Amino acid sequence: MQIRPIIAALRRHKAGTVLIALQIALTLAIVCNALFMIRQRAAKLSEPVGIDTRDLFVVKNEWVGQPHDIDALMRADIAALRQLPQVVDAYATDSEPLGGNGWDSGILHSADQRRETSHAAQYFDDDHTIGVLGLHLIAGRNFRSDEVVPLDPQSPTEPPVTIITRALALRMFPDGHALGKTIYFGPGTKPSTVIGILDHLHTPYTIASSDSFSDQSALMPLRLLANHSDYVVRAKPGQLSDAMKAARNSLFALNNARVIDPETGVIDYGTLRATAYARDRGMVELMASICVVLLAVTAAGIVGLTSFWVGQRRRQIGVRRALGAKQSDILTYFLTENFLISIAGVVLGTVFALALNLWMVASYAQDHLPLIFVCIGAVILLLLGQGAVLAPALRASRVPPVVATRSV
Amino acid sequence: MFIHYVQLGFYSLRRNPVLTLLMVMSIGLGVAASMTTWSVFRVVSGNPLPDKSSQLFVPQLDNWGPNDIVKNGQPPNAVTYRDAMAFMQAHEAERQTALYPVRYAVTPERTGAEPFRVQGHAVFADFFPMFELPFRFGAGWSRADDDAHAGAVVISRQLNDRVFGGANSVGRSIHLGDHDFRITGVLDNWNPQPRFYDVSNHSAFGDQPDIFVPFNRAIDLHTQTNGNNACHENSAPGFEGWLHSECVWIAFWAELPDAAAQSRFRSFLEGYGAKQQQSGRFNWPPQAQMHNLQDWLDYTRVVPSETPVSLAVSAGFLLVCLVNAVGLMLAKFMRRAPEIGVRRALGATRQAIYAQFLAEATMVGLAGGLVGLAFTALGILAIGVVFEAAIARLAHFDLWLITLTVLTAIVATLIAAFYPAWRAAQVQPAWQLKSN
Repeated sequence: MQIRPIIAALRRHKAGTVLIALQIALTLAIVCNALFMIRQRAAKLSEPVGIDTRDLFVVKNEWVGQPHDIDALMRADIAALRQLPQVVDAYATDSEPLGGNGWDSGILHSADQRRETSHAAQYFDDDHTIGVLGLHLIAGRNFRSDEVVPLDPQSPTEPPVTIITRALALRMFPDGHALGKTIYFGPGTKPSTVIGILDHLHTPYTIASSDSFSDQSALMPLRLLANHSDYVVRAKPGQLSDAMKAARNSLFALNNARVIDPETGVIDYGTLRATAYARDRGMVELMASICVVLLAVTAAGIVGLTSFWVGQRRRQIGVRRALGAKQSDILTYFLTENFLISIAGVVLGTVFALALNLWMVASYAQDHLPLIFVCIGAVILLLLGQGAVLAPALRASRVPPVVATRSV
Repeated sequence: MFIHYVQLGFYSLRRNPVLTLLMVMSIGLGVAASMTTWSVFRVVSGNPLPDKSSQLFVPQLDNWGPNDIVKNGQPPNAVTYRDAMAFMQAHEAERQTALYPVRYAVTPERTGAEPFRVQGHAVFADFFPMFELPFRFGAGWSRADDDAHAGAVVISRQLNDRVFGGANSVGRSIHLGDHDFRITGVLDNWNPQPRFYDVSNHSAFGDQPDIFVPFNRAIDLHTQTNGNNACHENSAPGFEGWLHSECVWIAFWAELPDAAAQSRFRSFLEGYGAKQQQSGRFNWPPQAQMHNLQDWLDYTRVVPSETPVSLAVSAGFLLVCLVNAVGLMLAKFMRRAPEIGVRRALGATRQAIYAQFLAEATMVGLAGGLVGLAFTALGILAIGVVFEAAIARLAHFDLWLITLTVLTAIVATLIAAFYPAWRAAQVQPAWQLKSN
C-alpha cells in the first residue's frame, strides 16, 4: 500500500482533510462520553431491587387531623386489606423501595461512636413484610408477630431486633458473620441484634447522592404512628387492578376521615419503579439518540466530502487506471486515505474526550472516563469512516480508464 | 443584486438536492438539540426573584460540631427550632421568617365530599412582603397575628377555586386537619422555579403551595414537618423533645437590603454562635455563615446535573453539525469553480462572489432554522422522557425560543460559510477557463 502518495495528495486538500479529522475528533469526544454515561445509567437501571414488583401496589393513606388512636386505625386498615379476596397480604410502613422518601441513618458499632461506620435506609415493617415484598431471606429468621411494636414519630429508632441486607452486613462485619451481632441506628441508641440477612433490598432513593448505599437497608419491626402511612399490598396473580380498586373502596367503607388521593393515592409498583428511574432511563435514551444521530451526521459528512473528492479526481483516477492500476488499487487508495484521516481524528478526539470529561468531573461531579470507552468510540469511528467512504470509493474504482483521454 | 444572489442560491441548492438536504438536516438537528436542552436549562437555572436575590440571605449554624457526620465539613443546610426562634426574637434583619413544609387534610363543608390533601408552608408574616407574593384578594396576616399565634391562613388561587368557586373568600374559614383557619388572603398565581424558599426541605421543582399558615400556630398544633428532618443524636421524647433537640428541619431567611445590614447580621450570627459555645451548648467554635439567594441555589446544587451535562453534549453536537456543514459547503461551492471562473472573467469582483455564496448560505441557514424549529417543537414534547415531570412541565415553546432557534441556525450557518465562501472567492478565473 502506498501511503506516501496519499499523504502528498492530502496536502493538496488541507481544508477538507482537517474538516473530516476535526469532525471525527469532536464526534469521538461526544460519543465516548455519552457511551460512558449510558453505561453508568444502565448499570443503575439494572441494579438489584430485591423485591418482586409484579402484582404489588401501594396505598398512600393520610388521616384527617391527628387521631389519638392511629395504632388501632392502622391495624384495622391492614386487617381489612388482608381480608380482601383479591389480596394475598399487606403491611403498613412509611416508605418503600424506590418510593423516593424515607428514613435513613448512620449505622454504628457502638452507641458512643461519633462517625458512622456505614449508612442504611430504615424501613418500618412487620412480620408480613418479607412475604409481601417477596424478599429473599438468605440467613437467620423473620420477625415474630410479638416483636412488632408501635413507635412514636419523634422517638428514636432502636428496635431490639433487625433484619439487614447482605450489602450492609458486609460493610458492618467484613468477616461475613453478621448474624447475632448488634448494630446501632445512630448515636445514643439501644443496640439492635441482627436476626436475619436479606439477599437484596433497595433503599427508597434513586438520586445520585444515595448511590453509595443503594442496597444497604434495614428492616425494623416497628409500626410508625405518623398521620400518613403507606400500605404495601400484594394482589393475587392477575388481579392487580381489581385489588387496587377494592383496596381504596374497602378502606373508605371502614373509615372515611382519610385522604387517599383519587389519582396518585393508589399506585402499582411498575409505575412507581418507572417514576423512580425516569431520569436515568431518560438520560440513556437522550444520549443514545444523540450518539446515533451524531454518527449519522458524521457519516453523511464523510460521504459528501469524499464524493466531492472523487468527482474532482476522476481524471487522475482515469490516468492511474490507464497506467495499469486495478479497480482494487483505487478502492484501497480511498479506504487508506480515510483511515489515515480517521487515525488523526481519533488521536485528536481522545484529547477532546478527556478534556470534556475533566470539565464535567470538575463542574458536575461526574466520574472519570475509563479509557476503554475511548477505545470503543475510536473503533466505532474508524469502522464508520471505512463504511462511509466505501460507496464513493467503489464509484471511484469504476471510473473507466478511457476518462483519461477525454478533456472533461 | 441581493435578490439575484438569492435566486442563484436557490437554483444551486436545487441542483444538488441530496447535499442540500444533508446540510439543512444537519444544521436543523444540531440547533434543535441545543435549543431543546437550553429551554430546560434556562428555567431550572434561572433567578427566581431577580430584583431581590442579592438581599435575601440564608444563615447556617454549625450546631453539630466538626467531629460529626456533617457533609464536606459544612454546617447543616437547615436550622434547629431553638435557633430559628432565637433568630426571630433577635429581629436583626429588616424582615425575616422561619419556615417549614406542612401538609393537612382539608374537610370540605359540603357533606359527603371526600377530604383532600393540601401542602404548603408554615411561615411568619414577613414571608409575603419579603418574597413579593401577589395577592388576588386580601393580604398576608400581620406580625401581631404571629405574636398572638393566630389561626390565619393564606390560600392559593387554585385552592380558592376548588373550595370557594373562585369567590373572594377573605374572612371565611377553612378546616385544616382538626382546626379552623381564617383566610386573610388569596394568592394570585405564584410558583417561582426553583422553589427557592425551601430547597433544603422539599424538592426544588414542583407545584405551587396550596396554603401558608402561621408558624407559631402550626407548632402549637404539633404539625410535623412534611420535609426533611435530620438528627444526629436522640432527642427527648415527644413533640416538645423534638423542638428542643439538635435536629435541623427549619429554613430561615433574612432580608438584608445593604452591605451595612449584611455585616450587622453576620456579626450577630457569629456572636450568637460564640454565646452558645460559652453557655456550654457547643464545645467547639461554631462556624456561622450566610449565603444570598443565588449563591444558596448554587451551594445546595438545586440544578440537577442532567441539565448542564445534556446542554453541553447538545452544544458539542451542534459544533459537529457545523463542522459538517463547513465541509459540505466547501464541497458544494468548489464544485462550481468553473462557474465562478466564468463570473470572475466576466468582471465580477471577489466581494460579489463572496456575497453570492453567503446569500446561498443564509438560505441554507434559514431552511435549517425552520427544520430546527420543527425538531425543537418535537423535542419539547418529548422532554418528559429525559427530565422528571416537574421540570419537563416548565419547558415551553415561546416567541423568544422561536426567534433564538432561527437566529442561531442562520448565524451558525453564516459562520460555517465564511471559509468555503472565501475559498470560492479565491478561485483563479484564468486557471478555471484554461482547464475548461
